[in-house]
Amino acid sequence: MAETAISFKNITKTFGEVVANRDVTFDVMKGEILALLGENGSGKTTLMNMLSGIYFPDHGSIEVNGTEVTIRSPKDAFELGIGMVHQHFKLVDVFTAVENTVLGLTRKQEKYNLKEASRKIKDICEKYGFEIDPKKKIYNMSVSEKQTLEIVKVLYRGADILILDEPTAVLTPQETEKLFDVLRNMREDGKSIIIITHKLNEVMEISDRVAVLRKGEFIGAVNTSETSEHDLTDMMVGHKTDLNIERPEPVGEHPLLEIRDLVVKNDEGAVAIDGMSFYIRGGEILGVAGISGCGQKELCEAIAGLRKVYKGEINHMGDTIIGLSPKAIIEKGIAMSFIPEDRLGMGLAPSLSVTDNMMLKDYKNATLTFKEATAEEKAKRLPPVLWPFVDRNGARKRAEAIIKELDIVTPSTETPVRRLSGGNVQKVLVGREIQSGPNVIITAYPVRGLDINSSYTIYNILNEEKKKGTGIMYVGEDLDVLLALCDKIMVICHGKLMGVVHADKTTKEEIGLMMTGALDLTEVKSDKQYGIAVDTNIDEADLEAMRQRDAQAEEEERE
Amino acid sequence: MTSFVTWFASAIVYGTVIMYGALGETLTQKSGQLNLGVPGMVFLGGFAGFAGAFMYEKTAASTNEFLLVLIPLLCGFGGGALGGLLYSFMTVVLKANQNVTGLALTFLGVGIGSFGGIYVLADAGFQSFATASETAKLFNWNINANVEAGVFGDMFLSYGFMIYAAIVLAVILFVVFKYTRVGLNLRAVGESPATADAAGINVNRYKMVASTIGGGICGLGGMVYVIMYSRGGWSTVNNIEALGWLAVALVIFSNWKPLNAIWGSYLFAFLFWFYNYFPTVTGIVLPTYAPYLTQMLPYVVTIVIIVLFNFRKKKENQPPAALGLSYFREER
Repeated sequence: MAETAISFKNITKTFGEVVANRDVTFDVMKGEILALLGENGSGKTTLMNMLSGIYFPDHGSIEVNGTEVTIRSPKDAFELGIGMVHQHFKLVDVFTAVENTVLGLTRKQEKYNLKEASRKIKDICEKYGFEIDPKKKIYNMSVSEKQTLEIVKVLYRGADILILDEPTAVLTPQETEKLFDVLRNMREDGKSIIIITHKLNEVMEISDRVAVLRKGEFIGAVNTSETSEHDLTDMMVGHKTDLNIERPEPVGEHPLLEIRDLVVKNDEGAVAIDGMSFYIRGGEILGVAGISGCGQKELCEAIAGLRKVYKGEINHMGDTIIGLSPKAIIEKGIAMSFIPEDRLGMGLAPSLSVTDNMMLKDYKNATLTFKEATAEEKAKRLPPVLWPFVDRNGARKRAEAIIKELDIVTPSTETPVRRLSGGNVQKVLVGREIQSGPNVIITAYPVRGLDINSSYTIYNILNEEKKKGTGIMYVGEDLDVLLALCDKIMVICHGKLMGVVHADKTTKEEIGLMMTGALDLTEVKSDKQYGIAVDTNIDEADLEAMRQRDAQAEEEERE
Repeated sequence: MTSFVTWFASAIVYGTVIMYGALGETLTQKSGQLNLGVPGMVFLGGFAGFAGAFMYEKTAASTNEFLLVLIPLLCGFGGGALGGLLYSFMTVVLKANQNVTGLALTFLGVGIGSFGGIYVLADAGFQSFATASETAKLFNWNINANVEAGVFGDMFLSYGFMIYAAIVLAVILFVVFKYTRVGLNLRAVGESPATADAAGINVNRYKMVASTIGGGICGLGGMVYVIMYSRGGWSTVNNIEALGWLAVALVIFSNWKPLNAIWGSYLFAFLFWFYNYFPTVTGIVLPTYAPYLTQMLPYVVTIVIIVLFNFRKKKENQPPAALGLSYFREER
């Protein structure tokens, strides 16, 4: 039996009311590669952050090499030989590789000598099979080089326990292979490696054991050789729970928004959305499932006109919206509510009041001060007529209406949004988007951090919109919710479309496998499996048929 | 001395004041602290340096030459450092907005300095002018006065030791930034505090120490202005804060590089005094509004420099990436 390197003992960590880890207990052995597996928000990163000194556990203890330790800062972690490679690299852009490596070391540890340090880096590279130029500046490096440097940095400090947070998320398959070779070399050297990942095939390939977390709780650890991708998915997603969310039958579906071969890049310039094609149809909710950071944000931003489309088409009722300003896209009736992790990041101005936030998107319809807009004007979304003042009274009335309708708890309409609780902030955001009378709603994580009742309020709002014939794209985290609320579920994995399935005909396991890239339904068009929607892999003929159907529908409407 | 040499010489002395301010501010900004209170700190240093010297000269039965030099140095540095410490306390500990705090410090420093000055002037018998003459004499002691070295001496040897000390200081800062661990850590704090924090560097301590020492260096500039440029004279009407703004502009102009600040400061002062010496040197009479135009030149040059660097988009020629941003560790 191998020696234990780390023991987690009854670790509990909460952020406010949210429990990130509950009573987690397991061991990591010396000289093994342990994969830490879990869905979004299952508490993997939080747990590892406690090991590397970024957070401190509320309860429980951590033992390193058999002795109980207190890790209060990253420095403490270094001294215990624990090094973490974060998902977001901690590197100074204008520094060279060697400068970044020695950063933060003290005189006690070693003399400041970049030449000596460069030599040491080269030794490490030779030993484990890295390739890195110590004199290269970070901003000239590729993503893979940066990651290599992060690992070298940790090894330079003499770490015996390495934590890698989703190291392959940013790598090409070849680079991943190279990384795995290096990891194996390190295991031979007796180091313990914890690798956080979502990709099951990689778990099977690299790890010795797998520990699974689900909703903050430790589910179990298994030897990789004695398990299968299917078993692991079961452990990861758990059994389906019935949520009792109403799902009205979709009516009069017709494509409102058409996405064709969309390619979008992320902030770092890497491809975030890789050739996706799908439809958002009126009167139906399209769920989007995927591991967080798989391109959901980039997809939403591309549709809202906030991110440059690199390739492909986005057509709204037949007209392209690529190149239009966000304002023009809003005027077409496409509303987006994106709830980022910090909730306030996109869509609301925290210091402004509820009323002011109501006005943020429609300040230009200022003519309404004098007369109520006619139905015709509303339908046409007329451009502003010269009138310099905003319509505060109208906005206040709208704010009051939303507050009443959605049960928003706020002292007044003039309270800064920042002072509202998270759930109420989200209701304001979603409420505003719906009030603008959109025909397409893009909503991402609208129930993030909400309690059950508020969540149901949001689901009801979305269902009401669906009944009106609005097309809704719902980017979600909780698979149970997606299965209960949505009509179809589109699964993406690292920017690639894995398939679109009918929510009432699929299983949680199937979606889980697709999310981790183990199952790709876009390739099985010839002999279609039960439960796959027609949206997957549409060819030109299908497209033409749909266009004709649309044209016909429009004509009928006109008559 | 010819007019050109006078022009040159006054540019050197005046420029040194700007240089101290710019060096202090460069040190501060390297830690990511955008302290716009330079005029305030320069003023505080100038007042404290002068007040220390004046009081010592007035109260001591017999003056000691060593103390005559040491007291204004310590007081000038201390005055500026107090300003820097206040600023860093507000921005690092209380997380106040850096721009607002800096601007407030400018007005506070000028206000305190002017107010304190009244008491010093009252001590001197309610004149509009007071002098610390013995101190000024020591600070302005130079080789040229004792050795005959011609025009060369007039141009390069006719200054007190603080003028040369500024150049030495610039070189020291350059070496510290580029070749020491402290410098590396400091730059990391200014570029990416989260990275520095993860590497185990005490971000807050670096920011506070850099701001405080930087403020002290700014204060030395004010002291040099009063003791050397004004020959130890303090009057009710001072224009020290104008040099503070020139120092802020010079930090940008020098591209956060101390060595550039050396020639940049002299160039700024040269341009600043253009209206005064240009007519006598060349014989060309300038129109009366000329001073207003020529004194603008340093700022114009700075804007041109900013535009040029932004066009070239070279990563090294940019301000510290986290300049002006408060760092909260808890944010994730």
